[in-house]
Amino acid sequence: MAIEVKNIVKTFGSFAALDNVDLKVADGELLALLGPSGSGKTTLLRIIAGLDWPDSGEVAIDGENALSRGASERQVGFVFQHYALFRHMTVFENVAFGLRVQPRAIRKDEATIRARVKNLLDLVQLDWLANRYPSQLSGGQRQRIALARALAIEPRILLLDEPFGALDAKVRKELRQWLRSLHNEIHVTSIFVTHDQEEALEVANRVVVMDKGKIEQIGSPGEVYDNPATAFVHGFIGESIVLPVDVAGDAVRLDGRPLNIPALGAASGAAKLFVRRHDMAVGPAGTGALEGAIRHVRSFGPIQRAEVALSGSEGKTVIEIDAPRDRELQVGEIVSLQPRRYRIFAAQE
Amino acid sequence: MSMQTGLVTSTTQLRTYAPATDVSVAAPAPRLEIGRAEPGTAQRNLRTEPGPIRFIIIALAIAFLSIFVVLPLVVVFASAFSKGIGAYLAALAEPEALAAIKLTLLIAAISVTLNLVFGVIAAWAISKFEFTGKTFLITLIDLPFSVSPVISGLVFVLLFGAQGYFGPWLQAHNVHILFAVPGIALATIFVTFPFVARALIPLMQEQGTQEEEAAISLGASGLQTFFRVTLPNIKWGLLYGVLLCNARAMGEFGAVSVVSGHIRGETNTMPLLVEILYNEYQFVASFAIASLLAMLALITLVAKTVLERRLDEAEVPDGD
Repeated sequence: MAIEVKNIVKTFGSFAALDNVDLKVADGELLALLGPSGSGKTTLLRIIAGLDWPDSGEVAIDGENALSRGASERQVGFVFQHYALFRHMTVFENVAFGLRVQPRAIRKDEATIRARVKNLLDLVQLDWLANRYPSQLSGGQRQRIALARALAIEPRILLLDEPFGALDAKVRKELRQWLRSLHNEIHVTSIFVTHDQEEALEVANRVVVMDKGKIEQIGSPGEVYDNPATAFVHGFIGESIVLPVDVAGDAVRLDGRPLNIPALGAASGAAKLFVRRHDMAVGPAGTGALEGAIRHVRSFGPIQRAEVALSGSEGKTVIEIDAPRDRELQVGEIVSLQPRRYRIFAAQE
Repeated sequence: MSMQTGLVTSTTQLRTYAPATDVSVAAPAPRLEIGRAEPGTAQRNLRTEPGPIRFIIIALAIAFLSIFVVLPLVVVFASAFSKGIGAYLAALAEPEALAAIKLTLLIAAISVTLNLVFGVIAAWAISKFEFTGKTFLITLIDLPFSVSPVISGLVFVLLFGAQGYFGPWLQAHNVHILFAVPGIALATIFVTFPFVARALIPLMQEQGTQEEEAAISLGASGLQTFFRVTLPNIKWGLLYGVLLCNARAMGEFGAVSVVSGHIRGETNTMPLLVEILYNEYQFVASFAIASLLAMLALITLVAKTVLERRLDEAEVPDGD
């Protein structure tokens, strides 16, 4: 089911959690809300679920006004960060809960409920845990049970709040792939909230990057990584080298010295130059836009990561670059650096 | 497939974890550990206090408990049975004694039931919702703890007494509150109303609202959420509060004494009767009733210990 959010405003006291947010989610999408803590992503998710109410704005699920219904009437599957499994119920009863509380008129009989719960436990591959209690499960198992419980009500949409946040790195990786394949299997429109860019880029079809209650960029994982729309997105997603520069016309200057790179249409004045670590080409001294002395080199896998103290900054500006290992860099060597791809954003604040 | 990998992960975790514990056992950090002195070491024992000091501390604690708790308890039962079991049973079978026991049970039943309902509602409101005046409500709930029971009783005399605010109206309509069951019940409810709420508020705050939110998002109504999710989670805390509330309701003296009027066989609860009989030098009868209250205390104590253990289990958070 498609979701449409329009002009949502939500404040907590004087803090604007959501500042005029618009978002359209297409049917069957797997969307990530990505942002640092306090960016409003969880609040947006809770508003869609009906667990929070906006101060103003509209929420439509499948074209119908969701704000006219309470959370219990929206048929929205919600998976909580800390699972929120019912601790006094077995895994089986947890999953069956949504079916047992249905109004008597539409409630299924016991045999149907049992069959359905069994199917769901099979789907999350945990049917063997049916009689355990939540406290007897590992974090990853709890998360999958929480998902099965949310799916039991045949939700129109599925919302996941930091679904892997409380898990250790390895389990998190497995569950990510598993969530992707599960989504391919059941195709329910899903939104998940995360502060982990890798998670968002790896799992979602589309990524919504949020900061301070506003949406900074919406795009495919490739788009937000390769063409960040704002300085925030460039800095938040992927590792970036950030240098304070001055733009005058088409000329870019760092610490007063001209860099021979075009300004790419950035407005004149103070600005920031963003370059990905691996987009900095290393060459012999005197051939590139920047120059510096290598202070430290670490080699691992296909790359070598070098710390370079830029000349002209009295060694104060140190950047980290990733270079391929075709030519081993030496500590103390003077090299030139040329950004292959870069973006210049006007400095804010 | 992912199930298998999940299993592998947990076993490797266990394996890598085990040697770490071994190391910490092999080289223990010096810490306070009672009764674990290493034999045969000439070194100063760093792990615990020297023996004599431990002995003195423990002896002091036991002596204090014996004098202030065990001794009075023994005296109560010794006095009750001083003229033999026959006299003891006869004292309890007196119509006045039976009336007092009945009244006490009735008052406890009324006040515990009402405070149960009130306590759950108040704790629910305080721990699951945000509203202005919340801290004020918490303070208000604690009020009976900080007010002398005699004052609590006096409040009801001022309200419902012959010279009180509602006294004339009540008299005109022939409603008896003071010196009757309603007055005693009111005073007892007032004195005991913090118990249930106080037992539940920290528990419910600690458990948070996530499970309720989960229930609602799964389609449960408010009542279904309460009876299927909230109540099972707080049942041990609730029982704990009810237990303490009941013990206090049966044992309350001050507030009840002010509003009861001491009408023999009618408005005397067990604690009041104990005092009356004692003042009339009927020691066996007095201590016989007192022994019942003491037994109530002992049963309460045992039940409380059991419940506290259950509560600790209930409070184990859902997370890792």
